[in-house]
Amino acid sequence: MKALAETSPARTSATRVPGRRPLRLGPVSTVLRPRPLLVLFAGLLALLVVFACDLALGDYPITPVGVLRTLFGGGDTGESLVVFQLRLPRGLTGLLVGAALGLAGAVTQAVVRNPLASPDLLGVTAGAGAAASAVIVTGGALGGISGFAASVGLPVVALLGGLITGVLVALLSYRSGVDSFRLVLVGIGMNAMMVNATLWLLTMGEVQDAGRAMVWLTGSLNARGWENVVPVALSLAVLVPVTLLGCHVLGALQFDDDTMHGLGVRVTTARAAMLLSAAVLASLATAAAGPIAFVALSTPQIALRLAGTARPPLVLSMLLGATLVVGADLIARTVFGSLALPVGVVTAVLGAPYLIYLLVHRYREVRT
Amino acid sequence: MTAAHTASETSERVEPLNSEGGRADSADSGTTSRLSARGVSLAYGERVVVDGLDLDVLDGGITGVIGPNGCGKSTLLRALGRLLQPRSGSVLLDGKRIHRMSTKEVARTLGLLPQTPSAPEGLCVADLVARGRHPHQTWYRQWSSDDESAVAEALELTGIGDLAERPVDELSGGQRQRAWLSMALAQHTDLLLLDEPTTYLDLSHQVDVLELIGRLHAESGRTVVMVLHDLNFAARYADRLVAMVDGRVAAEGAPEEVVTERLLEEVFDLRARVVPDPVVGTPMVVPVGGRGSREAGTEGSVAESADPEE
Repeated sequence: MKALAETSPARTSATRVPGRRPLRLGPVSTVLRPRPLLVLFAGLLALLVVFACDLALGDYPITPVGVLRTLFGGGDTGESLVVFQLRLPRGLTGLLVGAALGLAGAVTQAVVRNPLASPDLLGVTAGAGAAASAVIVTGGALGGISGFAASVGLPVVALLGGLITGVLVALLSYRSGVDSFRLVLVGIGMNAMMVNATLWLLTMGEVQDAGRAMVWLTGSLNARGWENVVPVALSLAVLVPVTLLGCHVLGALQFDDDTMHGLGVRVTTARAAMLLSAAVLASLATAAAGPIAFVALSTPQIALRLAGTARPPLVLSMLLGATLVVGADLIARTVFGSLALPVGVVTAVLGAPYLIYLLVHRYREVRT
Repeated sequence: MTAAHTASETSERVEPLNSEGGRADSADSGTTSRLSARGVSLAYGERVVVDGLDLDVLDGGITGVIGPNGCGKSTLLRALGRLLQPRSGSVLLDGKRIHRMSTKEVARTLGLLPQTPSAPEGLCVADLVARGRHPHQTWYRQWSSDDESAVAEALELTGIGDLAERPVDELSGGQRQRAWLSMALAQHTDLLLLDEPTTYLDLSHQVDVLELIGRLHAESGRTVVMVLHDLNFAARYADRLVAMVDGRVAAEGAPEEVVTERLLEEVFDLRARVVPDPVVGTPMVVPVGGRGSREAGTEGSVAESADPEE
């Protein structure tokens, strides 16, 4: 065919696509992107440094060498007690919670295609908070909850509260498909309802119970032990790989509905699955440490800007989320001395200006 | 009217973009074309837009769908592309009901370009075009050598290879439209549905895009269905036209048969003269109206020359 002969020399000269260097290994193939990869390693390094500092610093400072020695079985009993019983579980909880929040935020923002969409703003976190407050406040009136009920019951209730709210938001915004704009609006409304329900519960409850609920509601890593780490770690071990597998679909989920259908994406199913996994991740994180504000909102956008990608990078968002929460807890623990600020206060102080920045700079008028 | 009939008719035309011969499969398949609509009724909620429509898409040709605003032509295209479920009747792709097929299966056979597609801010052209490979990919196979050569070829065909690393939102309208078209091409489908591919483009970019579509069709023999507003362009670039009015097909056939003064009056409520296009000889619409049209006495001419070719 004439046409074929004409195009074939051009085809051989242009088999490379600029900016998409291939990385192939047997049937596995992907695009090698130097900048996101570099940022990923930098993020990993930052997380390691912050985590090491978190283990080393505090009322009982340990040298970095001491931390390493203790981790590998050495060190005296004092150091070993501080590291293994106090700082490691607390730090790990922070790390896992941060990673879960970062991932949940990245998935939500990618699916909804809106940097303001995050589990915090869509009511998932507030739903978990309302459910937990309900348990703390009413449980308190019935004689107080402690022990097993507090360590297992409360997180489970919070998890369910967050999930139910998330599903409600999705169902209420469903009208032959989930429209992202409607989802954000319904989510904001649901968020307001949940926040007010929580406030009502706090007003109704006994002062001491309300106080305990308030501590939970600001998001705190205080007194987190291995019993908190293990369930979160196990759930994330299942959820994170499942969510990351959806990465490929997520790449196609960033267009308008018609284009996505044309590309062979089962839009509603894919969206629902990704949003559900984000809601579970966020609820899980909230159940473990209370609602830690702004992490899910800000880390995906920071990751996106650092990596220079068009959509929030999932793994990097996880790393940054973990770094942010561990770092914020380190600040909360050390800088303010005996005040023992909850970690949520620090992330909120860091995150609020960021939200304002986003709102101001978001709408560049260059949409297709 | 059969597909084979139209194909033989159009090949006689002086039409630089049309490929002769080569369309063997369309002649073989006779009346059953690869994509067809059977008694399709389409509605948005309670509002019925298309009612009981039958259509056979010309295999290996360019079908232009024309009609006044709101006649249901975009809606029909959406149904042909599986974006809209018919209320009754069915759309058949290769003899199978398209709404029963898996989304990916359809996406490997049929590509579509919506009227106003949107991409996220900051997405670069190469990544956009590469997304067209989605139906051919899995979670572990995301950039095979097939993908790469298809994308490189698509960029080459649309002439935007040097824009590959530019963000889509920074391109001009014409460049952006070519980028989207390039994505649809990278999908490597035999059928391509385009909903007003020339919207928002200036005249020279409209010609660019249509020439590209014509060339694609000529070189790789793809079947193209496109909704076009511009009747002159539709007549020039399509092998076959389908004129719609009020959700039904008013006329269908070669451009010479469809674009007539009588049909323009009936379908578009437009009084116009139809003259041969001075460049390629296809029908060209010259609307009656404006300065001096009353004195020119065009009243009679509409009825008198129904076929401009004679």
